[in-house]
Amino acid sequence: MKHYIAQRLGIGLVTLVGMSVVIFLLLRLAPGNIVDILFSTGGYVNPSERLAIERELGLDKPIWAQYLDWVRQLAVGNLGKSYRYDLPAWEIIAPLIPVTLELAALSLIISVCLGVPTGVISAVRQDTRLDYALRVFSLAGLSMPSFWLGMVIILGLVSWVGWIPPVTYVRPGENLGLNLIQFILPALAVGYRSSALIMRFTRSSLLEVLREDYVRTAWAKGQTGRVVIWRHALKNAILPVVTVIGIEFAFLIGGLVVTETVFNLPGLARFLVQAILWRDYPIVQNLVMIIAIVVIASNLIVDVLYGILDPRVRYGD
Amino acid sequence: MATRPLGIDEAAALPGRRAGSSVVAVLARFCRKKPLGAAGGAIMLLILLTAVCADQLQTYDPIATDAAQSLARPGREHWLGSDHLGRDIYSRIVHGARVSLIVGLASTLLGSVLGGVVGLLSGYVGGKTDLITQRVMDILQGLPLLVLALVMSASLGPSIPNVVLAISIPIVPRAARVIRSSVLSIREMQYVEAARALGLRHLRIAFRHVLPNTIGPFIVLGTAQLGSAILVEAALSFLGVGVPEPYPSWGRMLSVSAAEYAQKAPWLVLFPGIAISFAVFGSNLLGDALRDTLDPRLRGS
Repeated sequence: MKHYIAQRLGIGLVTLVGMSVVIFLLLRLAPGNIVDILFSTGGYVNPSERLAIERELGLDKPIWAQYLDWVRQLAVGNLGKSYRYDLPAWEIIAPLIPVTLELAALSLIISVCLGVPTGVISAVRQDTRLDYALRVFSLAGLSMPSFWLGMVIILGLVSWVGWIPPVTYVRPGENLGLNLIQFILPALAVGYRSSALIMRFTRSSLLEVLREDYVRTAWAKGQTGRVVIWRHALKNAILPVVTVIGIEFAFLIGGLVVTETVFNLPGLARFLVQAILWRDYPIVQNLVMIIAIVVIASNLIVDVLYGILDPRVRYGD
Repeated sequence: MATRPLGIDEAAALPGRRAGSSVVAVLARFCRKKPLGAAGGAIMLLILLTAVCADQLQTYDPIATDAAQSLARPGREHWLGSDHLGRDIYSRIVHGARVSLIVGLASTLLGSVLGGVVGLLSGYVGGKTDLITQRVMDILQGLPLLVLALVMSASLGPSIPNVVLAISIPIVPRAARVIRSSVLSIREMQYVEAARALGLRHLRIAFRHVLPNTIGPFIVLGTAQLGSAILVEAALSFLGVGVPEPYPSWGRMLSVSAAEYAQKAPWLVLFPGIAISFAVFGSNLLGDALRDTLDPRLRGS
């Protein structure tokens, strides 16, 4: 087990380094450097001021040196500063993290609670009307942009119930109830979409397992349907689903990017969009890196969990 | 192969061709076996026709503003209402189909072809090349699709070719993976071995003998990715880094005015979103059915 975890950690680390290179290069795709972009929005530029900023950002150095500088700064936890706020980036980012985490966690809970049971029902009642209805329901979730779903939910609430969700962010410490109400709508919009993938995976995975011999044996022993399905079949069927939930997490963060903007929640994802629109690129670079770290960490957790749940994986390689 | 009595519809399809192999017969069988998939195909056909005939279908110029008609209700004048600048929503949605479909198809095609070539070579060559390529693909796939597309399109600047590029790059690793896995099994087949024994060059074997057999997974992949490409385009345009003015885009129709005027004019929010969902729903339905038909191994992925 120790060897397995070490191996996964190693792969994660390599992926992280690779991602940092990709992110670094991506933001340098545009012709001209960050200073050009910063100033093209600002109008008149003093040439000496420009040089000073270029030096401060290290843009006078060759590109590999710039990369190494950035990684070195990241490694000691220095995220640089925001050009728009003229503040250390960390001071701006830190309060945003809990918002995004809360939203992501709630969305994940909703998507699992919605996806797994519907997947099981759909598999057990394969090719019945109920199965078709559930599949269309999940496909609809995959088809609707979550940000639009969010807008429609708000619109529906306003026009039929006459209730507008709180417009400004309420911290959980201030008023937990109101905070949860505020988060539950965007979480539903994101979670519904994600639940569709989980449902489809649970369904196909369970369908496969239900055809196995040991499940037939369990039926032959005269056990009730509930025991066979939930205790015998689902135990094995859920393994690939765990992986999907891990991949889902990365997918979910993508969904948050737009949803946080629609619901005006001050999270990382909304800030990323704002930083991109303001062309505050040093921040964008670090924010994307934080997202990459979160994604890799969640994949790592899933891998380890998988190893614990399924001994075959551990000894496989 | 055992002979069996021909069904009536198969016998009808007989003249001139072998039963079940004519395009019509294949389509008919698909519709009968996969009604949902056929519905998806019909939806995609409808959207394709809308995109092609947008000029004929429009009732107004989609980019002409008319202050007097600002926020008109849906009715006889404006079938689906008008936005805050008095632009006709129906005509904009009809033209938006063109933008969405062009961006969706172009980015899916670009991404799948690039990914397909990477997957083909990495699967065919194998060894260390394969290992390294796979790791690079892992890295690209690790970033959330929308985040990657968002950063790229912001960095490249808003224009239609840039949006296409930004959406296609996240598709590359997904395509590479699918094509690679089918190449791995094709590579071991006897006819490939025979081609090698004949002394054919590797590139020729890869492209002429292996590649044609990956067409099934390739079509499945393309249909599945088309839906998500349309969704990403909508999201990018919604955030203001996607398709630029003056092209009417479904995603941007939701962003500019929709949020502000949503209460007074809910049709601004409803109709473009329905158009997006409808298009993506159609391609998902079709993709699912094609996957079940062409490549049962991929079921559920």
